[in-house]
Amino acid sequence: MANPIARPLNKRVLLMGTCLCDAFYDDTAKATVEVLEHLGIAVDFPDNQTCCGQPAFNSGDWVASRKVARHTASVFAEDLPVIVPSGSCAAMNFHGNLLQFEENPDPAIDSLAKRTWEIMDFIYNGLGVKTWQGKFKKPTRIAFHRSCHSRGTGSGEATLKLLESIENVVVTPFGQDEQCCGFGGTFSVTFPHISGRMGSLKLDHILETHPDILVSGDMSCLMHLSGLAVTQGRPIEHLHAIQILRNSLA
Amino acid sequence: MIGTQLIDQYARDISDEKQASVIDGSSKGTEKRYSSLHKDYPDPDALRKLAAAIKDHTLHHLEHYLDKAEKSLTSRGVHVHYASTDEDARQTILSILRSHDVTQLTKSKSMAAEEIHLNPFLIENGVECLESDLGEFIIQLDGDEPSHIVKPIIHLNRRDVAKTFLREGISEKYNDDPETITRQARVHLRAKYMQAQAGITGANFVCADTGRLALITNEGNSRFGMAPVPVHIALVGIEKVIPEEKDLAVFLNLLGRSATGQQLTVYTEFINGPRSANQPEGPEHMHVVFMDNGRTDVLASNCAEILRCIRCGACQNVCPVYRQASGHAYRSTYGGPVGAVLSPILFGSRFPELADLPKASSLCGACNEVCPVDIPIPDLLLRLRDKAKRESVPSAGAIPMSPFATLATSPSLWRTAMTMSKAMNHLPIQVAPIKPLQEWLGQRTLPESHGGDFRKWFKTHKS
Repeated sequence: MANPIARPLNKRVLLMGTCLCDAFYDDTAKATVEVLEHLGIAVDFPDNQTCCGQPAFNSGDWVASRKVARHTASVFAEDLPVIVPSGSCAAMNFHGNLLQFEENPDPAIDSLAKRTWEIMDFIYNGLGVKTWQGKFKKPTRIAFHRSCHSRGTGSGEATLKLLESIENVVVTPFGQDEQCCGFGGTFSVTFPHISGRMGSLKLDHILETHPDILVSGDMSCLMHLSGLAVTQGRPIEHLHAIQILRNSLA
Repeated sequence: MIGTQLIDQYARDISDEKQASVIDGSSKGTEKRYSSLHKDYPDPDALRKLAAAIKDHTLHHLEHYLDKAEKSLTSRGVHVHYASTDEDARQTILSILRSHDVTQLTKSKSMAAEEIHLNPFLIENGVECLESDLGEFIIQLDGDEPSHIVKPIIHLNRRDVAKTFLREGISEKYNDDPETITRQARVHLRAKYMQAQAGITGANFVCADTGRLALITNEGNSRFGMAPVPVHIALVGIEKVIPEEKDLAVFLNLLGRSATGQQLTVYTEFINGPRSANQPEGPEHMHVVFMDNGRTDVLASNCAEILRCIRCGACQNVCPVYRQASGHAYRSTYGGPVGAVLSPILFGSRFPELADLPKASSLCGACNEVCPVDIPIPDLLLRLRDKAKRESVPSAGAIPMSPFATLATSPSLWRTAMTMSKAMNHLPIQVAPIKPLQEWLGQRTLPESHGGDFRKWFKTHKS
C-alpha cells in the first residue's frame, strides 16, 4: 500500500518500533513511517526486533538487560540511522546501554548508540527540517508534555518548534512542566501510590489549560496519563507528536 | 516477591497536612531557583558544568588538597583533626570540649553533625547543646529529624511550630504569626548564646590555598554563636575542601540560588582562624575536624560523583517522589535524590537496609537538571540498583526479569506474544489474582491491544 504523502526516496533508515507500538500504538509507528517517507526516506523494519530492554535495566537486572541490548544491537547491526518514536527507548540505546556496558564496552552497542535518533530530533536536527508545512482545518490547542527522557537532548525543543510551526496549532503551556508524569515503567508497578499521584497532578496542570489534544514524544507517558484520565472520568485525546505531523499533512 | 516499597507506603500514610507543607515548600524552592539562576545567567548550565569540573578535579586530588588545607589552617593557628569514623568524630569533639571545660554550647546547622547524631551524644555526655538555626531548634524541641537539607522543617507549618513553642514555654500563649514566632525564638536563643562556652559549626567550603572557611546562613546564627565564646569547632566532611578562594565565586553564586533562590544568602562568613592579637573578639581557640565517615569508600565506588554535592537541596525540591513522600521516608540523614544515592553507600553497613532508596525514582532526571554540580543522579541510582541485584540484596518490589529477557531475545516467541496480547481485550484481566496488576489497573484504563497490527500493516505497505 503506497503512502499517499511520500516523496521520492533517496535515503534509508531502520525503524525501531518500540514494544508499546508493537502491542498498543500501531498508528504511532505507522505515522513514523509515513512522515519519514514524506521526507523522502525509505524505512526498513527489522522483523526480529523486540524491546530495548529498559524494564530489566531500570529494575537493576543488568544481566537480563544486557542480553536484550545485545539482541537489539544485532538486529540493528546494519550501518544505518536507527529511528525511534520514543525518547525513552532512544535514550536506552544511546545512554542506558553505554552505562550498563561501561565496564565491558561492546563495539556493537557503541555503534547502535551512535546511530540512534529519537524521531523528532532526527527530523529537526538530523534532517534540518525546521518548520512543518502542515495545517489543521480548525484551531487546535495542544498541550505538549516533554517526556523526561528528552531532558538534555534536542528532542524537546525540536518537537515544540515543529508543532508550533503547524498552521492552526497553538501549543498551550501548563504549570510545573518540568515534573515527571509518574510512569517510569516498572516504577508505576512498584510505587503505585506515588506514580498515580504524580500522574494526577500532571493531569491537573494539563487539563487546566483546556487542550484539544495531549501530545508527547513517548507513548508510555501517554498510556499512563490517558489511562488515569479515563478511570478518573476526565478522558483526553492523546497522540504522539509524529501523529500530529502526519495528521497535519492529510 | 513483588510488593509495595517502603517509600510508597510512607507516601500513602503521610498526613495531608504534612504533605501539603512539603509540596508547597519544595515547589516554591524549585520556582525560585529557576528564576534567580535564569535572571542572572544566560547559560546557567555552563556554570553548573564548571562547578562540577572544579569538584571533580578536587576529588581526584583530594589527598593533595586536604594536605594543603591542613598546612594553611595550621599556619593560621587552627588545630586540625582527622576523624575516620562517626565514633572518631564524636570522641574527638568531646575531648576538645573537655579540654576546654565546656559544658554548654551552641551549634549552627550542620548536616555533618546530623550525620553522626552529635547532639544526643553530647547531651548524654553532659554537654548542653543548643541548636541555633531556627528550623533545627524546632526539630530539637520536637525530638524530630530534619526532613530537608536546607529547610529542616519543610514538613511543618506555622501552626505546628506555634504549638511546639507553647508546649515548651518559649511562648506564653499560642500565636502562629511567623514574625512573632521568630521573635520569640530570638529572645530565647540570645540569652543562651551568652551562656555558651563553645560554638560548633559546619563549613560549606574550606579553601585549601588559604585555609579560610566559608560558612553561609540566613539567620546569622553561626556568627552569633562564635562571637561570645572562646572555642570554635568546625566539623567538616573531607569533600568540602576546594582548591582556591577564587573558586568560591562559582560555588557561592550557585549555592544561594540553587538552595533558596537568593543571589547570596543573608550572611556569608569567611573564617580566618582563631582571634588574632589585634582582634577585639572571637574565639581564641579554633579546631577543624575533617571527617571521613565513609567518604573514601564512596570515592572509590562507581558513585563518586555524589561527593560533588554542596548540599543545596535543589534535587529534593524538584523531585516528585520526595514531594509525595517527604524526607523522613528515606530513613536517614539525607533524603530525596541525593539521599537515595548517598545514604545507602555512605553508611556502608546499612546498604541492605537502605537498598530500596535508589528504587524510589521514576528516573525522570529532574534532579540532575537542577544540580549545581551536575551530578548524574539517575545514573548513580541505576548503578546502585545493579549493585543491589549483584549482591543479591533482597528487596521488596523486585520484579523478576529473566522471563522478560527470554521473551525479548526470542523474536518468534515475541511476535506470537504480541498477537496473543489481543486476547486481553476480551479477558477480564483486572480480576487476575496478581496484586500489583490489580492495583495498576485499578488506577488506569489500559488501551485496547493492537498486538502485531503494525507489523501486519508494514508488510502490506512494503509489498
